[in-house]
Amino acid sequence: MIISALAFYFFAGILVLSSVLVITAKNPVHSVLFLILAFFNSAGLFILLGAEFVGMIMVIVYVGAVAVLFLFVVMMLDISFADLRKGAMQYVPIGLIIGAVLLFELIAVFGTWSMSDDKLANLAAPSPGESVSNTQALGKIIYTDYVLAFQGAGLILFVAMVGAIVLTHRRRPGVRRQSVAEQHARKPEDVLKVQKVTPGTGV
Amino acid sequence: MDLLTEIGLAHYLTLAGILFTIGVFGMFLNRKNVIVILMSVELMLLAVNINFVAFSAYLGDLVGQVFTMFILTVAAAEAAIGLAILVVFFRNKGTIAVEEIADMKG
Repeated sequence: MIISALAFYFFAGILVLSSVLVITAKNPVHSVLFLILAFFNSAGLFILLGAEFVGMIMVIVYVGAVAVLFLFVVMMLDISFADLRKGAMQYVPIGLIIGAVLLFELIAVFGTWSMSDDKLANLAAPSPGESVSNTQALGKIIYTDYVLAFQGAGLILFVAMVGAIVLTHRRRPGVRRQSVAEQHARKPEDVLKVQKVTPGTGV
Repeated sequence: MDLLTEIGLAHYLTLAGILFTIGVFGMFLNRKNVIVILMSVELMLLAVNINFVAFSAYLGDLVGQVFTMFILTVAAAEAAIGLAILVVFFRNKGTIAVEEIADMKG
């Protein structure tokens, strides 16, 4: 029991610390790296909660895709990040006030609510317990009860992919591309000419 | 002492609350830098995911974990589109300062 409590405090402490560093780091590359650390620690928390599949997905999707995407964009854009930080301090007081109010409200809500007595009667998909692994149990409800939502999630990703490509794709004037239609439309008589060359005179 | 060694739902909810607040504060702290604002949004979504998974685990209901995956999907799509818009904007304007983004102002 004490081991799992220690593990929780370890993961939670590093998670909070690294997310503070995400928003305060001067260099955005450091921000991205701390974001990766935060995601790793939240994956640890998910595994601690018994949600192994979501934890692993977290590592794959966030660390493998989203954070690397951020890293690419940060390194690709040639921006002086020092200029962007100028005058940032004037927003700190209002940010602190709003943050404190929000935290107070969240803790007030989390501290006073309680679960209803018939909560066990209202479970949509009760976890099967130790006999079935987390991944198998999740797969059983994703591909049956939530198959439409799952397909919708795939559609969202597809639209996002198309959107990102359409937005960032550009045609450069100097690049030679293969145009199949142009190649087929090309006839020998358009481009070839038979020249009679008399000996000794040249073309 | 029991509260410290016995990790319950309240611990996870408090952690998620702190994380969400850090995300909101990060938006104010980096008012001009869109990239860090997008990272703050990711932190807030992470806090929501922790809430979902904690409730799912302590209630014994798997639906929370299913919805975590949908949030993950939306977060990935949002990051991809947001960064694509950012790249296009930087190509046209040469800056990513949020204050410059006022072309549609009447």
